[in-house]
Amino acid sequence: MALHLAIVLAPLAAAIIAGLFGRWIGRSGAHCVTIAAVGASFLMSVIVLLGQLEPGALPQNETVYTWLVTDGVRMEIGFLVDRLTALMMCVVTFVSLMVHVYTIGYMHEDPGYQRFFSYISLFTFAMLMLVMANNFLQLFFGWEAVGLVSYLLIGFWYTRPTAIFANMKAFLVNRVGDFGFLLGIALLLASSGSLDYATVFAKAPQIAQQTMEIAPGTTWSVMTLACILLFVGAMGKSAQMPLHVWLPDSMEGPTPISALIHAATMVTAGVFMVARMSPLFEYSETALSVVLVVGATTALLTGFIGVVQHDIKRVVAYSTLSQLGYMTAALGASAYAAGIFHLMTHAFFKALLFLAAGSVIVALHHEQDIRRMGGLRKHLPVTYWTSLVGSLALIGFPGFAGFFSKDALIEAVELAGRAGASYASFCLIAGVFVTALYSFRMFFLVFHGKERLDEDARHHLHESPLVITVPLVLLAIPSLVIGWPTIGATLFAGYFDAAIFVMPGNDVLARLGSDFHGAGGFLLHGLTGLPVLLSVAGVAAAWYLYLYRPAVPEAIATRVAVLHRLLVNKYYFDDFNEKVLARGARLTGGALWRFGDVAVIDGALVNGSARLVAWAAAIVRLSQSGYLYHYAFAMIIGLALLVYWTLGGV
Amino acid sequence: MSNELVQFLSVVAPEAIVGTGICVVLLAGLFAGDRARDATYLLSMVTLVAAAWVTGSAAPNGSLTGGAFVVDSLSVVLKMFAYAAVAAVLVYARAYLVGRRMDRSEFHLLVLFALLGIMVMVSAGSFLVMYLGLETLSLALYAMVAVERDAPMGAEAAIKYFVLGAIASGCLLYGISLIYGATGALNFTDVAAALQTTTGARPLAAAVGIGFLVVGIAFKFGAVPFHTWLPDVYQGAPACTTLFVATVPKIAAFSLALRMLGDGLDVLASDWRFLLGAVAIVSVVVGNLIAIAQTSIRRMLAYSTVGHVGFILLGFASGGAEGINAALFYTLVYIVMTMAAFGLVILLSPAGQEADAFDDLRGLNQRSPWFAFLMLLVMVSMIGVPPLAGFWAKWWVLSALLDAGQLSLAIVAVLFSVVGAFYYLRVIWLMYFEPPAMTGARMAPELDLRLLLSVNALLVLGLGVFPGNLLRLCARALGAVSG
Repeated sequence: MALHLAIVLAPLAAAIIAGLFGRWIGRSGAHCVTIAAVGASFLMSVIVLLGQLEPGALPQNETVYTWLVTDGVRMEIGFLVDRLTALMMCVVTFVSLMVHVYTIGYMHEDPGYQRFFSYISLFTFAMLMLVMANNFLQLFFGWEAVGLVSYLLIGFWYTRPTAIFANMKAFLVNRVGDFGFLLGIALLLASSGSLDYATVFAKAPQIAQQTMEIAPGTTWSVMTLACILLFVGAMGKSAQMPLHVWLPDSMEGPTPISALIHAATMVTAGVFMVARMSPLFEYSETALSVVLVVGATTALLTGFIGVVQHDIKRVVAYSTLSQLGYMTAALGASAYAAGIFHLMTHAFFKALLFLAAGSVIVALHHEQDIRRMGGLRKHLPVTYWTSLVGSLALIGFPGFAGFFSKDALIEAVELAGRAGASYASFCLIAGVFVTALYSFRMFFLVFHGKERLDEDARHHLHESPLVITVPLVLLAIPSLVIGWPTIGATLFAGYFDAAIFVMPGNDVLARLGSDFHGAGGFLLHGLTGLPVLLSVAGVAAAWYLYLYRPAVPEAIATRVAVLHRLLVNKYYFDDFNEKVLARGARLTGGALWRFGDVAVIDGALVNGSARLVAWAAAIVRLSQSGYLYHYAFAMIIGLALLVYWTLGGV
Repeated sequence: MSNELVQFLSVVAPEAIVGTGICVVLLAGLFAGDRARDATYLLSMVTLVAAAWVTGSAAPNGSLTGGAFVVDSLSVVLKMFAYAAVAAVLVYARAYLVGRRMDRSEFHLLVLFALLGIMVMVSAGSFLVMYLGLETLSLALYAMVAVERDAPMGAEAAIKYFVLGAIASGCLLYGISLIYGATGALNFTDVAAALQTTTGARPLAAAVGIGFLVVGIAFKFGAVPFHTWLPDVYQGAPACTTLFVATVPKIAAFSLALRMLGDGLDVLASDWRFLLGAVAIVSVVVGNLIAIAQTSIRRMLAYSTVGHVGFILLGFASGGAEGINAALFYTLVYIVMTMAAFGLVILLSPAGQEADAFDDLRGLNQRSPWFAFLMLLVMVSMIGVPPLAGFWAKWWVLSALLDAGQLSLAIVAVLFSVVGAFYYLRVIWLMYFEPPAMTGARMAPELDLRLLLSVNALLVLGLGVFPGNLLRLCARALGAVSG
């Protein structure tokens, strides 16, 4: 238990030191203390993971502190450490460590240096609390805490109006999701009487039997409703349609944050949560279908938007959305392990892609428009090669980490016999082509072709310093090879048996596993599959459109102007939100304020009662005349009344 | 020594020590002359410590003369609290007395006399002993109000207090005589036993007696309509006297109500609960209303006391052990809060002047942010905002009321404590959002005063965050009484 506590508390302590005493310990003090803490957390997480990997290792469920007990509901801080948790802890702390190191180079000119380190350490603490929770209350705490840090970091450059707009947007959209999440937790609490995972999971079969009436005449399964509500929370945090709108805007934050929070860790919290709640979701076929359809839709539609974006970070952001859709779809197919496996590989190569994008941005002095890049291959060799690894991993090129996870995931969805599975499977396979197209569009436009740089930028162009390139290389290695040793163990060898519950009838991975004969065989089998062909086709199309015949995309855009406008405007989600939802809310609020607040509450109730009280006070005050005989008289009257009441026997 | 004498002394040892301390302080004051300023202060402190030590080491069970004087866990807890409160008063008052050249032995002497009266009341087992203690306390208080002989305001307040106090005292005594007439007993246990056996018709004399007793109790607490002495005394007396009058005697008032009504007249509980409830709710309403119209801090705090007292009596009126427990908790918390508030008033009074008008609080945050923050804590606690002690005090009284089904009383009490928030918030507004009225230098009070005020006000916060210990203490003290 002490080890688990130390893992969580080390980043918190570092965050407090860097945040409150940043002025005294200075810049190097701030990064030393936070990196030391997160590094220690990472090493201890590895120890925990190795401990869990030992044969016969049991999940550890322990209560650290009982906060309060009310009406029999215990509110506790506690850790549930099993293989799922241990894996997430390692991913979180490793990526966080890389981002910490990288930040030294990326932020070295920023006046908010110490504040930044404090925030990212705080984020690491919150994320660890989230993944290690053994009860819903702590899960919710971690959930909100990562949201808070995300809000603070998107608005890190708080003098930029766009950053402020973006962090407000992220906050508001997440509120919608969190509202559903909270309702889901409340429903589970109401139906099971406990916040503890183990207790709630044990009662899942009974909860699945319950029904409730929402509107008169409509009967809902409590489990379906609770799971869908929880998933609404996941949709907010993991940016699933239609709650995805905040994630592209969150790119206003510094790039290390985009890598850490908005690609590798926080946005996967929703995926993690659904996997953790698999003992509940498995009891609701409807909820799983919803998850499947939402995930697949997100995977395909957001990929299309990525093709028309010009900001390097936004392209990566839309690719994140799309990949989150893949993970979610895997969850919906009951292939939780595949979702988590893709989450892990994605964390490495997406963090890599973001940090590489950041390296480009730093090299070009904060230029982010890919139309003003090109030909950077020879100037930024390390960034170039690591980006290539990241992009190949992302599109699922055979042999790379993303290939194993994505191919397994797509096959699992194909096998799922659930409502919406064939639609989902179509979306995911088509998505492979789109992924390859936008990834290599960006890659070619940035690193190949003519140099379209400003004179000024070209003049200062040089490869980034070591603190930036070392994390790139360290992340490129797992992006390249992590799939080989892990696929068999995580997906088919029952790695997650103690952590994830799958109904025997739903176990698509087991069916997939019967054909599995090692990573090499999986690779050979994949080579002949449709996804690999599509990804190669995507790369080829990108090469043709953006290197060989750069005029073609423009021509296409004018030819199908309607479609192009739809994509450029991101399916008009933002416009709908701003013009209908936000304006509607403001109009309603304004009306309530004018009529309800100003007229009735302020005018009649508040000022009215205040006037009444003042008037009464002035009257009653007269009784305090200062004359002794008045006082005595008051006492005598009081006595008379009291005696009268006793006589009357009231 | 004979066995009886040993037994007698073991029961009254704390009272004996305070009595001895009084004699010593009296003599020291007479003979020490100008050197008395520190001598009487220190001797008083030594007396308190010795009394606390003896009280704490004696077994909390014993009685004298057939139960007329008892030592139980309630008396021990209340006495200990009284020692601590008196010690705090002495520290608060010290600099004030020195600054006004009033630091001769009178104040210390009178405080000790009052303490003796309180101790007797706390341990009283019969109506007569209770009355004895009450008179000892009251006479000391009258004199204390007029301790500044040349101040006309003080003299006027003392006269008013004395006359009204005499009326209340007379009522109480008459009530006692009626009850004696109805039951033929003076000890609380005997009275209770006698009333138990009179089945059938309600003993009318005892019931009417209760009406008279309630006058005495309400006067001691300062509940409407027997509160009229409060504002004049709070304003007219020297600040150190106000500090004392506003706080420590409430312990005695609690014992007065609990032992006379709860122990002695429990059989007639429905009668006195109704009377106390009526007095209480009128106090909450009138106290909070008039406080709004005040422009003097002390008068404002006087009416605020009336409002708080209403809450304490509501605890009694709700009936049941829970309500009494809430009342005791409220009383103790009230004393801590009021002590801090008047401590600040003393602090704000520069030598030779009295802080009284709200102007003295204006812009306090700029002059000394720490004290402004402490006052903020106290005011917010008095409003009853969590997580401060005042919140729990109100909460438990209200929950006792609701458990007893007194919904309407609870609603009125809540409404008027919302009204009360106005004048507490005004203090905060003045301290934080108004420019200072005078360009006085930063206050530099003595270290002991600063420390005590900080501890005192932070105690309000501490008790609010961890109310469990004090609540358990109250429950334990009361458990022995009703058991």
